[in-house]
Amino acid sequence: MKEVLSGNEAIARGAFEAGCKVAMAYPGTPSTEILQTIADNYKESIYCAWGSNEKTAFETALGSSIAGVRSLVAMKHVGLNVAADPLFTAAYTGVGKGFIIITADDPSNHSSQNEQDNRWYGIHSKVPVLEPSDSQECIDFVKYGFELSEKFDVPVIIRLTTRVSHSKSICNLSNPLKVEANFDYKKNVRKYIMVPSHSNPQHVILEKKLQEISKWSRDSIFSKEEILDTEIGIVTSGLTYQYVKEVFPNYSILKLGLVYPVSIEKIKKFRDKVKKLYFIEELEPILEFQARMADIKIDLGKNKIPNYHEFSVERLKSIFFENIDFEDKEQKYNFNLPPRPPVLCAGCPHRATFYNLGKKGYIVHGDIGCYTLGFADPLNGMDTTICMGASITMGNGFSIVNKLSSDKKKVISIIGESTFMHSGLTGTVDAAYNNLSNTIIVLDNSVTAMTGHQDNPMTGKTLMGENAPIFDIKKFAEAANIKKIDFVDGYYVKKIEELIEEHVNFDGPSMIVVKKPCVLKKGVKTNPPLKINQEKCKKCKMCLKIGCPAISLTKEGNIVIDETMCAGCTVCYQVCSFHAIEHTKN
Amino acid sequence: MVKNILLNGVGGQGILLVSEILVEAFLLAGYDVKKNEIHGMSQRGGIVNSHIRYGDKIYSPTIPYGEADIIISFEYCEALRFLGYLKNNGIIIFNTQKIIPISVSTGKFNYPENVEEIIQKLNIKYDKFDAFEYAKEFGLPKASNIALLAYSSKYFQEIDDFIWEKALRKYIKEKYFEKNFEIFNNLRKK
Repeated sequence: MKEVLSGNEAIARGAFEAGCKVAMAYPGTPSTEILQTIADNYKESIYCAWGSNEKTAFETALGSSIAGVRSLVAMKHVGLNVAADPLFTAAYTGVGKGFIIITADDPSNHSSQNEQDNRWYGIHSKVPVLEPSDSQECIDFVKYGFELSEKFDVPVIIRLTTRVSHSKSICNLSNPLKVEANFDYKKNVRKYIMVPSHSNPQHVILEKKLQEISKWSRDSIFSKEEILDTEIGIVTSGLTYQYVKEVFPNYSILKLGLVYPVSIEKIKKFRDKVKKLYFIEELEPILEFQARMADIKIDLGKNKIPNYHEFSVERLKSIFFENIDFEDKEQKYNFNLPPRPPVLCAGCPHRATFYNLGKKGYIVHGDIGCYTLGFADPLNGMDTTICMGASITMGNGFSIVNKLSSDKKKVISIIGESTFMHSGLTGTVDAAYNNLSNTIIVLDNSVTAMTGHQDNPMTGKTLMGENAPIFDIKKFAEAANIKKIDFVDGYYVKKIEELIEEHVNFDGPSMIVVKKPCVLKKGVKTNPPLKINQEKCKKCKMCLKIGCPAISLTKEGNIVIDETMCAGCTVCYQVCSFHAIEHTKN
Repeated sequence: MVKNILLNGVGGQGILLVSEILVEAFLLAGYDVKKNEIHGMSQRGGIVNSHIRYGDKIYSPTIPYGEADIIISFEYCEALRFLGYLKNNGIIIFNTQKIIPISVSTGKFNYPENVEEIIQKLNIKYDKFDAFEYAKEFGLPKASNIALLAYSSKYFQEIDDFIWEKALRKYIKEKYFEKNFEIFNNLRKK
């Protein structure tokens, strides 16, 4: 049967067809739909769950693999930084049944803080890496990836990029393997307890496995050689192959699916068939690096091609053909259109908090989520954002300097509840343990919002759709010895302001939990929209300072509320000094 | 043969649904087909675009700059946003509905009111339709995406009526199907 699937849907399909039994993840663009698809379509045959973070998800899936069932873990590229600790040692232990790690990289940072190329992780951790170039290969590489993992007793990384994850192409679907989910575990301390006397020999074993894989991959199904014009031969992989086929339809191509360890023998044979050898890779020179280490003569690679930002057909053309330049046309078709940047939604429960923070000018350490948008004009309520959980620990660092410095600052750390579950707990413990005057604000909107509304330990639901106990943040903070804890409704502008004031002047670690569900969350009812009484409005534009997309200034200079957008959160009403904002329904 | 269709507009207009229907239609018509769009960070009101390519054999899932055969824009000024993607003899079909961005409502940018004039001056083939008004009069303003698709369907002669019906049926929820299909058929006959 033929169906059009996205790369992410195809990974889920491949897992289903391969008899995978356990799938774990922490949501992150562009990887989120993998587990979402498993939950929607295949949860009868695959147990799927969100971990609190990528490390817990990774170790859980590894555990299931060693217990005796095929397992996978999925994450975005930066998630593998969090899971890097188990990755390097899982390479030494090997697996039980097949174990696949999906990393979805994001060249050009469509929705990320950096554009790292996770194929380096394969080389660094000594874990084989497969790189599919379309959705059909996503299915196939998962299936063969499990076989590779079991044949050589290694974890296998499948590396996607945003354009593979989110592109749709035609797939042939097959029936799933019929597999029972039973224990297939034998105690083997030399393999599974990584004390020095065991891990030293395991490392040597791993190096041998990699050599065998490199030899085996010469004949594997993962690569494709297309000999056409032999003047130039191009070695490439992943989605870049698709661009290369359009830009150089007549040249010979060696497309590698197993990008680490590459088959050196295969590249050498291809080298012999062509006059000039090019390596064309998006981001980092992973294939080129391995070929250069093997002394293969390369005529063109990263000496010509930039190692930043994603490729496209037109980008490759402008790199290779001097007479092709898109800038003139781009200039001609630049109409200086009004931008439509992402903003906090109308009715967003984070708005009142950032309005207060921006107004006061405190030093605010932010985190990863929708609320990162609190940095933007006109809210201007954030100073730093680095990575998951760094709000609290960066705030801890500033609090230490506060202890040392004669010049005192008010320090705040602000973090969403899902990010708090992911990486906020340990930083909170640090703040209490070291008695740092850091005000931790947890924005609890009861959903992992930015990735498209996933559940987490604070929402009361699992990915399988079952009810779950809700993490008790108050008890946790008390146990950690946070000395002052308060809860407030996300729409109460004044109350939030007062609490922040109290907390930043409090000596010691403290926490404010701002609670209100995301206005877009399923089942959340909005209030009737508000309107502006034009007779009372003094055009002071105070309400425009909350950055609500439903409020706008007309050409005539009037301020109006878009009733179709307004969620009736009343934040604008609360900041208006002239009582000019009213309910539409009285 | 390779044909490229670019859909664009504003988050919340139902552009991705239309792109799913088109892809399904090309699949049913026997073509190789790929599509691409960027998910995430595109909250309500942001810029949305979807690339669809069909033909004998498709490689890149994104349309090369300057090679779109057809652009369907779901919002008036957004018709200009990706106009550079259109090939020389390509056509742009745009919805005349205006959605004012926050950058305009806060007074920082002007909303261009002369979109049609700009397109004319560039000697670009175009076709316009007030899909929102049509759908509103029909009593189903949310179906303006289907109205625009139906209006544009005359530019896809390779898709037969029964394929359109099958593709629409796959992606439109059963309880909304009849109304949407009525809109589609009314406009398709025009």
